[in-house]
Amino acid sequence: MDWFLIFSRAFEAGIGSEAIIYCLAAIGLNVQFGYTGLLNFGQAAFLAVGAYSIATTVATFGLPFFLGVGIGLVLSVLLALLLGIPTLRLRADYLAIVTIAAAEIVRIIVRSVALKDTFGGTDGLQEFAHSFYALNVFPAGQYSILGGFIGFDHRGMWVLLVGWVLVALVSVILLFAMKSPWGRVLKAIREDEDAVRALGKNVFSYKMQALVIGGVIGAVAGFIFALSRSSAQPDLYSTELTFFAYTVLILGGAARILGPIVGAALFWFLMIFVKTGLEEAINKQVITFLNVNQVGAIQYMIIGLGLILLLIFRPQGIFGDKREIALDAR
Amino acid sequence: MRRAVIAFTAFLGGLIFLLASGPATAWADGESVKGTLKSQGQPVTGVKISVTDEGGKPVGDATSNAQGTWEVPVPSAGAYKITIDQSTLPAGVSLRFKDRSTLTVQVFEGNARNVLFALDAATNQSGEKTPDGTAADDESDAYWGRVAQLAFEGLSLGLIIALGAVGLSLIFGTTGLTNFAHGELLAIGAFIAFFLNTTLGLHLLIAAPLAVLIAAAFGYGQDWLFWGQLRKRKTGLVSMMIISIGVALFLRYLLLFLFGGSSQSYAQYTAQEGIQIGPISATPKSLVIIAIDVVVLVAVGLALVYTRIGKATRAVADNPALAASSGINVDRVIRIVWAGGTAIAALAGILLGLSQTVNYQMGLQVLLLMFAGVTLGGLGTAFGALVGSLVVGVFIQVSTLWIPPETKNVGALAVLIIVLLFRPQGILGRRERIG
Amino acid sequence: MHADTGFQSRKAAALAAFEGLASEPGVPKPDPILVVDNVVRRFGGLTAVDVAHLEVQRGSITALIGPNGAGKTTFFNQLTGFDTADAGEWTFNGRKMSGVPAYKVARQGMVRTFQLTKALSKLTVVENMRLGAQRQRGENFFAGLIPQLWRGQESLITSEAEELLTRFKLIAKRDDFAGSLSGGQRKLLEMARALMGNPELVMLDEPMAGVNPALTQSLLGHVKNLREEGMTVLFVEHDMDMVRDISDWVIVMAQGAVIAEGPPHTIMSDPRVIDAYLGAHHDAPLSAEEAEQQLHEAEAELTAEADQTGMDGNSRKESGDERG
Repeated sequence: MDWFLIFSRAFEAGIGSEAIIYCLAAIGLNVQFGYTGLLNFGQAAFLAVGAYSIATTVATFGLPFFLGVGIGLVLSVLLALLLGIPTLRLRADYLAIVTIAAAEIVRIIVRSVALKDTFGGTDGLQEFAHSFYALNVFPAGQYSILGGFIGFDHRGMWVLLVGWVLVALVSVILLFAMKSPWGRVLKAIREDEDAVRALGKNVFSYKMQALVIGGVIGAVAGFIFALSRSSAQPDLYSTELTFFAYTVLILGGAARILGPIVGAALFWFLMIFVKTGLEEAINKQVITFLNVNQVGAIQYMIIGLGLILLLIFRPQGIFGDKREIALDAR
Repeated sequence: MRRAVIAFTAFLGGLIFLLASGPATAWADGESVKGTLKSQGQPVTGVKISVTDEGGKPVGDATSNAQGTWEVPVPSAGAYKITIDQSTLPAGVSLRFKDRSTLTVQVFEGNARNVLFALDAATNQSGEKTPDGTAADDESDAYWGRVAQLAFEGLSLGLIIALGAVGLSLIFGTTGLTNFAHGELLAIGAFIAFFLNTTLGLHLLIAAPLAVLIAAAFGYGQDWLFWGQLRKRKTGLVSMMIISIGVALFLRYLLLFLFGGSSQSYAQYTAQEGIQIGPISATPKSLVIIAIDVVVLVAVGLALVYTRIGKATRAVADNPALAASSGINVDRVIRIVWAGGTAIAALAGILLGLSQTVNYQMGLQVLLLMFAGVTLGGLGTAFGALVGSLVVGVFIQVSTLWIPPETKNVGALAVLIIVLLFRPQGILGRRERIG
Repeated sequence: MHADTGFQSRKAAALAAFEGLASEPGVPKPDPILVVDNVVRRFGGLTAVDVAHLEVQRGSITALIGPNGAGKTTFFNQLTGFDTADAGEWTFNGRKMSGVPAYKVARQGMVRTFQLTKALSKLTVVENMRLGAQRQRGENFFAGLIPQLWRGQESLITSEAEELLTRFKLIAKRDDFAGSLSGGQRKLLEMARALMGNPELVMLDEPMAGVNPALTQSLLGHVKNLREEGMTVLFVEHDMDMVRDISDWVIVMAQGAVIAEGPPHTIMSDPRVIDAYLGAHHDAPLSAEEAEQQLHEAEAELTAEADQTGMDGNSRKESGDERG
C-alpha cells in the first residue's frame, strides 16, 4: 500500500478544484438553507447555468469570456426568480420539489439532441476557457507544495488561486451580511416566517433575496466547474451534485461561515482517501473480494451513510450550533 | 436536418432517457462505449458492433446480448468510431437511417459513453410509427392514431407512477416525511424480483409476488428499526427529509454495487408481439400491467375507505395527536402504512422493470415523476396523487408529439411548476389554515 | 411616554365611549379604529367566518370571545392578512386593509400575537426585540454590508428594546435564547416585541393561554398598560375572569358570526351567549379545523400545567408533533 500516494491524492483533493466547486455550491445553499431555511434542491441547476453560460457564450457564439460571466450571473438571478415566484409563498416542501424538478429540466435541456448545436448534447461543450487561462499569473510548469507532498500544474494553480480567492471574498461578504439586521431577518424567517411577517417584514422579498444570492454563488461555482475542466458536460449537473453539496454543508456545519469551507475540504479529502485507498488495496491484493469498478459505488454508499449518521448524531456538523439550525423545522 | 433529428429522437422514446441519463461521474468505471439495441421496445440480440479510434485502428468488437446491450472498453478518453454491422441485424429489423451505421463519439475520462443506433421494424404496418409521415396514406388518421397510442402509453406509465405515488403520499400523510428514498423502494422491488427471477430461476409470476412480500417486510422493518426510532427521537421533518436523501443514495449505490450498472430485463415476458386494438398497438404484458395497476389502486382505495386500518390511516393522516387520543396506535398504523407503501412501490417497480428495464437509476428517475404527480394532485391526498400521476404520465407521452422525446420529462416538470403558480394547493388540495 | 394620562382616566374615557351603546352585534362606536364589513371565509363546505359588521373603539380594550370553533382565530387571520378572506372589506384608521399582505398590515400599526407563541427561540431575547423595530436601514442587504450605515440606529433600537424588556421584567434574560424562556415569559416577549413597532392596534390571540398563574396578573397589567399608552387592544380569550377584569367591551362570536356585543359584566348573562356556549360545548367538533383548535387549547392547558410544575422553564417544544 502506497500510503504516500493515498495521502497526497487526498490532500490534493481537499484543496483542489472539486473542493472549491462544492464549497461555493454549499455556500450558496448555506445562505438559502443554513440561514433562511429554504430547501433548494436544485443547486445543480444554478451551477449548470453558470457553466453553460460561459461555455455557450464563448464556444457556441464566439463572444467574449467576460460577457459569458455576466450572462451567467444574470441568468442565475432570473432562474432564482422563476423558481421563487411560484413557490416561496408555499410550504417548504414545494420549493424542494420544484427546484429539484427545475434542475432536471435544465439538465435535460442542455443534454438534448435537439439543442445539440447550442449546448453540445451529452458531449457538452469545450474550447471556451482560453481567455481564463490567458490571465494565468503562474508561468507554465509544475508546482509542488509542502516539499513535493502535493503538486499542481500552472493551470491547476490558477484555478486554485482564483477559486479560493472567490471563496474568501464571498465568505467575507456573507460574514458581514449575516451579522447585519438583514441577516437577523433571514435567521428569524428560518425559524418562523409568520412571526416575522407579523413584525412587518416582507418575508417573500427576503426569501427571494436569499434564493437569488445563493443561486448567484451557485453560478460562480458553475464557472469554476466549467473552467477548471475546460469542459461543460450536462450529466455532471445532476441532482446528486446538489445532494453532495448538502452533505458538504451539513458536514461542515450549516449557518456557519466556515462550515462549507471546512466541509468541502474534508468531504473531498475523505472521498479521495477512500477511493485511492480502496483502489490501492485492491491493486495490491490487500482486498480481494472487491474489484476496482465497485469502488465508485462504495464511495457513494459511504456518502449516503455519512449523511444519515451526521444528521442523526451530529446534525450541527463540525462547527454548527445545534440550537441554531433549521433541521427541526417542519 | 432538424426535422430529421427530431424524428430520429422521436422514435427512441423513453429509451434515451432511461438508459443514458445516468449521472456520469468523475469516478465511474474505466472508459468504454456501450449501448442497447432495441426495436419496438424489444431487445435485438446478436448484432455485431465494432469500435475503432479516430484513425480507423480497431479497438474492439462486441455482440449485443439477450438484453440487447453491448459494451466495448476503450483504452482512454478520446474520439471513437462505432460501426454497426447491418448484415448481422435480424430479419425484419433495419437501421432507421441507413447512412448512419457509423457514429463518431467523444469519450471523456471515466465515462461509459452511451451510443444509440435507432432500429426500425422493417415490417412496419402501422403508419403512426413513422412520424415523418412518409408511410401514412392519411396524415390526419395517422396523427390521431399516434395521439391515441401515446395517450395509451401515458396512461400505462401514469398508472405505474400512481402506484408509487400513492405509497409516497400515504407515508407523507401519516408521518409528514417527504421520502426521497421512495424511488429506491421501487428499484429495490424491481431488483428483488430480478434476483429471484434470474439468479434463483423462479418464474416471474412467482418471483414478483414474493418480491412484493419481501418488500413489505423491508418497509415494515425500515419503519420499525429506522424511521420509527427517528420519530421517537423527535427528529425534525427537514432533518428526516435529508436523511431520506442519504438513504436514497445508500440504497441506489448498494444496488449498483450488487447488480452492476447495466440495464437488465426479466427472464420472462421480455419480447412480445404487439396486438392491435383499434388505433392502439399494445403488448399483452402492457395490458396485464394496466389491469394489475387498476386492481391494486382500486383495492388500496377501497381499503382506505372501508377497512379499519384504512380508516385509522386516514385518521392519523388527518391529525396524529387526535388519532392517538382516540385510541389508535399511531406507530402501528404508520408501520403498516410503511409496509403497504413499500409493497405497492415494489410492485410499481416490478411493473416498470417489466415494461422498460431494471436499472439502479430507475428509482431516481421515477421519483421526480412521483413528486410531480403527488404535488400536482395536492400534497398528502392519496386520491390526488392518483389523479396527478395520471396527468403526469399522459402529459409526458403525449408531449412527445411536440417536443423531442428525450426532453419529454421537461414538459411534465414544467407543468408542475405552472400548476403551482395558479393553483398552489394542487388539483385536489385544499387551502390551509394558519395560526 | 404617556405617563401624563392617569390610569383611571383612560379607563373611564374608554368606558364613557361605550356608555349607552346597544348590546347588538355590529353596533356603531363613537370613534372606531377598525371597521369590518361582510367578511366571509369558507373552508370547503364550512363557513368559518361570516361577520356582517363590526367596529372596534379606539383606545379601548375589546375582548373577542366565543366557544371553540367560533372562528375567532380565523377572523384574526383575515384582519391581519395572514389568510385571504373570500369576501368582505375592512378599514383601519379609515384606510382600506382588505387584501393587504400581513407585513404591510403590521407596518400600518396593526400588530398581532399568536395563539401558539411565536417567540423565535433560536434568537436571543434582545435579537427578538430588535427584530420588531420598523424601518431599519440595516435590513437592506447592501446597506447591511456597511455597518457604519446602521450601527447608530441599531443602538437606538437596542436601548428602546432594553427599556421594554425592563418593563416586562425580561431584562435579566436579555442574552438568553428565547427558547429557554417559560411559556409565560414567551408570551411577554412576544407582546414586548410587538410593541417595538409602535403599533396603534394590538391584537392578542389568547394572551393567557399557557401562562402560569403567577404571571397572569403581571400580563394583565401589561395589557392594561397598553391602553394607558393610548393603544387599542383587541384580544381573543377563553378565561372569563380575565375578560371581566380588563376588557371595556366584549364581542361574542359563534359559528363564524358575531352574535352579541356588550359590556363585560352584562354580556355573560345574555341569553344568546349562554345558548352559544352551552350549545357548542356539547357538540362534537364539526371539522378538522375545530378539532385542531381544541387540540391547541388542550395543549396550551398542558403547557400551563407544566409551567406550574416546572417553574424553571426549560426549553420546551412549543407545538409537539402538530403539523401545519
